[in-house]
Formats: sequence, C-alpha cells, structure tokens
Amino acid sequence: MNISQLNDLYRQLIIDHAQHPHHHGELAQADQQINLNNPTCGDVIDLQVIFENEYIKEIAFSGDGCSISQASASMMCDLVKGQSTAQAKQEIAVFLEMLMNNPDEPSETLGDAAVLAAVVKFPARIKCATLAWKALEQAITQEEDHGGN
Amino acid sequence: MVKDIATARNDFPLLATTMNQAPITYLDNAATTQKPQPVIDRLIKYYQTENVNVQRGVYALAQATTTKYEQVRQQVADFLNAQPTEIVFTRGTTTSLNWVAQSFAPTVIQPDDEILITIMEHHSNLVPWQIVAQKLGARLRYVELDDAGHLDLKQLQASLTSRTKIVALTHVSNVLGTINPIKQITTWAHRVGAYVVVDGAQAVGHLPVDVQDLDCDFYAFSGHKVYGPTGIGVLYGKAALLAQMPPVEYGGEMINLVTRQTTDFKPAPAKFEAGTMPIAQVIGLGAALDYLTSLGWSQIMTQEQHLLQLAGSQLQAIPGVTLYGPALTTAHSAVLSFNLAGVHPHDLATVLDSQGVAIRAGHHCAQPLMTALQVSATARASFAFYNNDQDVERLITAVKMAKEFFQA
Ligand SMILES: Cc1ncc(COP(=O)(O)O)c(C=O)c1O
Repeated sequence: MNISQLNDLYRQLIIDHAQHPHHHGELAQADQQINLNNPTCGDVIDLQVIFENEYIKEIAFSGDGCSISQASASMMCDLVKGQSTAQAKQEIAVFLEMLMNNPDEPSETLGDAAVLAAVVKFPARIKCATLAWKALEQAITQEEDHGGN
Repeated sequence: MVKDIATARNDFPLLATTMNQAPITYLDNAATTQKPQPVIDRLIKYYQTENVNVQRGVYALAQATTTKYEQVRQQVADFLNAQPTEIVFTRGTTTSLNWVAQSFAPTVIQPDDEILITIMEHHSNLVPWQIVAQKLGARLRYVELDDAGHLDLKQLQASLTSRTKIVALTHVSNVLGTINPIKQITTWAHRVGAYVVVDGAQAVGHLPVDVQDLDCDFYAFSGHKVYGPTGIGVLYGKAALLAQMPPVEYGGEMINLVTRQTTDFKPAPAKFEAGTMPIAQVIGLGAALDYLTSLGWSQIMTQEQHLLQLAGSQLQAIPGVTLYGPALTTAHSAVLSFNLAGVHPHDLATVLDSQGVAIRAGHHCAQPLMTALQVSATARASFAFYNNDQDVERLITAVKMAKEFFQA
C-alpha cells in the first residue's frame, strides 16, 4: 500500500472533522443517551439526542476514539440534525450499506460522510466508522419504543 | 548442537511473505508467534503417518502415537521442571486459568475470603476471578502499579492476610512488558497460606521457567505463543492440588469405571482430558519446545533484550512518543506499549500497516490497566528472537512517517 491509499483514507475533510469535531460535547437534557463501545479496540461513544415531534432537534457526542470514529460521528451529527427520525433511519441504512457493499458509488445524500466510503478498503477500520451510526440507530429505536409522548 | 540465532529467522516461512506490498515486519508476537518449518513439518508428518486417536487403540499405530503424545507431556514437564502427572493439556492459557478458577477455587474459598490479582492482568486472568468471587461471596482485590511502572510490592505484601486464599498474577505483562518477581511473591503468599496461580502466557518461550524454583501452585501457558500450534495449552498444577480439583468436563477417556449411577475418574492429568484431545497440536507443541531448546535461552534472551533496547531507545527519541511500563532494564520483556501524541493508536497502526509493519493497537485485553494508565488504548510492538535490527528500523521509520502524515 502506498501513501496515496492512505491519503484516500485520511482525506483532509476527515482529519478536519476528527481534529475539530462538530456537535462534540454534552446536552443538558437529552431524551436518549446511548453508550456504545467497540470491544475489539476500546473506542467509546456517548451519543445524546433530543427529539421533538419525531425530529432530531439536538444531537451531540462525546467519547474517545480514532480519527475515523470521531470524524464519522461528527459528520453524522451534521447530517441528521433537523432530520425526521424516518429520514435519519434511511441515512443510517445508506451509510451502513455503503460500508458493507458499495464503495464505488458513495451516496449523494450522505453529505461529508460520503468520503468515508474509503474506509471499505481498510476492513479493520469499518467498525470504527460505523460505531456512531449504530448508536444513533439504537437511540431512535429507544425513542420509538419508550420515549416521546 | 546449538543452532545459530542469526539464521533462525529463515526457519519461519511467514516472515518471508509480504503485507501491503511490503516485506512483512511482524511485531505482534505477544498476540501469537510465527511457526518454524520444523513445527509445520511435524504437523504434516503427524497427519500423513501418525493420525489415530490416542489412549484407546489396541493396534500398533495407536500405541505408537499414544506414546508420542505422552512423551510431549514428559517434555513439557522437563521444560518447566515438573512431573508429567502435573501437566494437563488444555485449549490454551485462557482455559487453564478458567479451570483453576472454576474447579480449584471452590475447594479453598469460603465466603468473605479474598482473591488477590493485579491491575496488569489480561482479561483471561481477571474475568474468571471476578465470576468466581461473585459466586463464592469472596472479595476480589487488586495490586496496583508503583510510580516506576512495576507492581507495587509493598501494597502486595500489605494486602496479604489470612483471608487471602488465592493470588493470581501474570509472570510477564502483555502490555507493559513488566517481569514480575514470582518467586518472591510466592514466598510471601505461602506465608499466609494463599495459593499462587501464574499466567505464563507471555513468559514461556522468552525466559526459562522453573515451577519448582518459583514454587507456584499453578502455571498456565499457550502453545501458539511459544512457536507452536493454536488450540493447545498447558496447565501445570502441584500434584496434590490437581488431586483435590474435580474434573471440569466429563466424558470419554477420563474415567476408570462407569456404572448406571456413578463414575470413578482416572487420576490427574487424565481426569481433566475428557474426549478426544488436540493430538496433532500436542505433537506440534513438542516440536516447538524442541526448536526452542535447539536455540537455547542465552541466545533467545540476548537477542530479545537487544531488540527491546534498540527499539525502546529509538522510540523514546521521537518527540511526542510516550512509552508505558517500567524502565528498559532486564526486568522488562521485549514488549513495548507506546503512544504518539495527537495520533490515535488505531490511526498509527493503519499507517504502519500500509508499510507492512504489524503491531497491535487497542486495549490488549487489559481494560482495567488502560483505565489505570489513563489511556483508552496504546500501540504495542512485541518482539521475538527472530526479529532483527531491520525490523526495528522499519518500525521507527513508519512511526516517523505517521508523525509526519498526521503532522503530530
Ligand atoms: C498475559 C496473557 N494472558 C493470557 C492470554 C490468553 O492466552 P490465550 O488466548 O492463548 O488463551 C494472553 C494472550 O493474549 C496473554 O497475553
């Protein structure tokens, strides 16, 4: 593997998000809070979401992880903030599908997160990229099951 | 005749392969070691000409292979300075330690007794004790690190009381490389009547182990970390203690007599080896120990110390690199955990991977230790005698490249 493949993985956009993550921090009164970790490597994410009328009103994450997991969480929060839970679930499905199967056509709807398609070439890192998205999936499920009104 | 260590590398076919179009630089020896051709050849020979089930056939080949299987038990006993009746074959270190926790611990632990372990334990010498402590109503206590990165021996001594029934600790830390003074600790523990269980996964194959000299009560190690096959491990236990320990599994070959309602078991070690054992792996383990013996401890330890000093000093010289663990003395095995400021160890490992350098990044199955060190993960380079100066050079070059790449 050469530097250009590495450059592909660590695009400036990914580095920027990792070094200056958006929506990083804690929410005062979250409706749902999910703590997930990647047991193979110890990455942890704490995802907090405030829902309003089946929309994601506020979202924030904290925790600790590699640049891929941090950038992915940052990009995801940018993307889903303000979306309906149905839309967000669709984005999660598209993102997971992109990392499992179809790297050649990064989805247009994913915003910055589309650059994470490069992770497919680094199978050991896919779990880093998907951690935040799995946390959001759980947060939405919990909200639908127990939360809301 | 003693084999020359400089050429030993050529005995390991995997080391001649490539990874990401670069010659592989294998520095994950604490996870598993590569296998020399004589071990691989021995496995092939077994399957081609010796494959039968052991301990039960009347025919000549079954007898011959059973004899070879039992010869490896003798060989392991000699290797550890034990008796063959004290050597139980298991699936690996994890199984060995679990068996001691599940089967031996209940014979000596009463509610409110204490089990003493250390903060540097691998999960396989930690979780089994948590579970058994919960089950028996015992207390699990920890020995912490001192400021120099060694076990806090003062605290260890102070923690030993008449309530302490088991002290379980690693001989060599898989994260920090610390070599613990087992013999000293055993003396202290025995004074209060506690039994000592040693996790030898990172020690055997890197330094001589004499269980009589250490006077430990149990000692566990894995074949795959001593240049042998996966799926085979060893539990050494003092004869009297194995005798008081009930079998963990029941089945064929471990019995003397079965009637409708009752069973009489064979004595140890047979009572622990229920069912068909990993016979090929036992035979392969024998070949691995032969191989180690042909090199001799002096060469193995000199080369591993050399690599530790070389890599340790060069890593330390890179601005932003933090090494964890004790100072680089001879009480340090060739395992180096480190971090590069501003670069997460996974990102570091990915850059190293791109250069063919295989290291480990993560918590190394030692999460409580990571918490104590106040890190979430580290990078770890671990060496074997077959590594050379060029491997160290490739590691250092790749770490510097990562530093540049991430502008850390
Ligand atoms: C210190 C230590 N103990 C126990 C183990 C577990 O060994 P195994 O996975 O072979 O059972 C390991 C392996 O990583 C280890 O390093």
